[in-house]
Amino acid sequence: MSIILDKVSYVYSEGTAYESWALKNVSLKIEDGQFIGIIGHTGSGKSTLIQHLNGLLKASSGGIYFNGRDIYEEDYDLRELRTKVGLVFQYPEHQLFETTIFDDVCFGPMNQGLSKNEAGLRAFEALRSVGLPESLYYQSPFDLSGGQKRRVAIAGVLAMKPEVLILDEPTAGLDPKGRDEILDLVSNMHREREMAVLLVSHSMEDVANYVQRIIVMNDGSVMYDGTPGEVFLHYKELEAVGLAAPQVTYLMHELKEQGLPVDCGVTTVEEARNSILKIFR
Amino acid sequence: MGIIKASKLVHEYIRRDEEGNVESIQTALNKIDLEVQAGAFIAILGHNGSGKSTLAKHINALLLPGEGTLWVDGMDTAREENVYEIRRAAGMVFQNPDNQIIASVVEEDVGFGPENIGIPTDEIWTRVEASLISTGMLKYRSHSPNKLSGGQKQRVAIAGVMAMEPKCIVLDEPTAMLDPNGRQEVLKAVHELNRKKGVTIILITHYMEEVTDADYVYVMDQGEIVMQGKPREIFSKVDRLKKHRLDVPQITLLAHELREAGLSISRGILTREELEAELVQLYGSKKGNVNYTG
Repeated sequence: MSIILDKVSYVYSEGTAYESWALKNVSLKIEDGQFIGIIGHTGSGKSTLIQHLNGLLKASSGGIYFNGRDIYEEDYDLRELRTKVGLVFQYPEHQLFETTIFDDVCFGPMNQGLSKNEAGLRAFEALRSVGLPESLYYQSPFDLSGGQKRRVAIAGVLAMKPEVLILDEPTAGLDPKGRDEILDLVSNMHREREMAVLLVSHSMEDVANYVQRIIVMNDGSVMYDGTPGEVFLHYKELEAVGLAAPQVTYLMHELKEQGLPVDCGVTTVEEARNSILKIFR
Repeated sequence: MGIIKASKLVHEYIRRDEEGNVESIQTALNKIDLEVQAGAFIAILGHNGSGKSTLAKHINALLLPGEGTLWVDGMDTAREENVYEIRRAAGMVFQNPDNQIIASVVEEDVGFGPENIGIPTDEIWTRVEASLISTGMLKYRSHSPNKLSGGQKQRVAIAGVMAMEPKCIVLDEPTAMLDPNGRQEVLKAVHELNRKKGVTIILITHYMEEVTDADYVYVMDQGEIVMQGKPREIFSKVDRLKKHRLDVPQITLLAHELREAGLSISRGILTREELEAELVQLYGSKKGNVNYTG
């Protein structure tokens, strides 16, 4: 599995006075099983980018290849692409609509053309993997807490067995524990199902804690693409475009300036702890 | 009496079936006692469903007490004749800026509130200008709100509340949908209103970092206030906060872990500067020792 974007550009309202370039010549390769974070300020092109990955938006120019096939080819089955590249939108719980949780999760696989039985099996599996207690399966999704609703919405996408899972700010509005639960869940999916996961987030700390690779979007282009350690070394440049580095990264830079021989490539509390303890040994 | 005072405040969400029989009762606020002094900056923490937003809605008389009493600026919210005055005294800002902006030009949006309560036109414009200045949004006065960033939109929403000249503003997760820059802009604007205009602030948030500068923090769980104190006291109790599904700022956590690992670091570290100072000192004295013995 791989997704390749080749010089993708996207223009909103082309040919009018409101014309604006949301993506400019973006080239990327998303490999099998990677856990990627996408960061960028509001309006930097993150959401436009992810909507290209499952063909919801069509590039104004450039090409996109999924598993080696051009998705803009005439006979390409975009419907199938959308089941392989699962997209969980912001506040996905607003899209719950069925009378029971179980029916809601069945909706995706039923739409894929699976039989009722098969869809049911998929729904069970997906609900189990998001850790929802079985006693809730036949209750209304609207009686759940915010974090639980969100897990049901994610289960709805998982039930389609996507090869790539894209989540647009899955933790917005959740309490710290709920935030950890959702991210642990996604991280487990990534490990167990060997799914590629793309996480769009405004939390630099969350991104640093979970992903292997960060893509920084700015003004419709890819500004940085690398490991958290590499990307957050550019914290000054990130600040200039409305982003930041995790708090611990700042601390390490400040300690270094004060003459302490700590590692500035640190992006998580655990790494910071180890690096600091090392100099006191 | 403080600007906000709750005494044994209770709120129950009651669900009824089609015949009007009670199906279930959920206690969202359970005998809350609290008092906020005018001019204070208060933060309320608590997991989703802990009762924070219910409490916020009571301060604005959007919800009324089931039992107990709530006074806003000395007015009992249960008395219907007080409702308009209470809403003028306590403004509210919600999570999603897009749900709060109604006009197609920034300054008209900010003027909507005062116009609604019959303020003379000249004064509306004075107020609009003053509130846009106080949130740093004056240069966008003739812009269309939908072209603004999230943080800017939220500052327009705050300016709209300021134009009502409230004594107190309740902000219910105002930064949940914003990027780091937007979060900082909004917090800076709120702190300035508190410092320069003396507006009482009640900030509800899930971001622990936003709470470190508050005067006082309340932690809610299951409709009750389970912890209260200055940020330093609250965040020195890492394990207890985790039990309430909360967290501590990243720097506080790091300081906690370093102390657990045997470094002599003070409890309740809140900021980078504090931890940096302690580590630099610790490292200096360690090096000093090495030189001495060596």
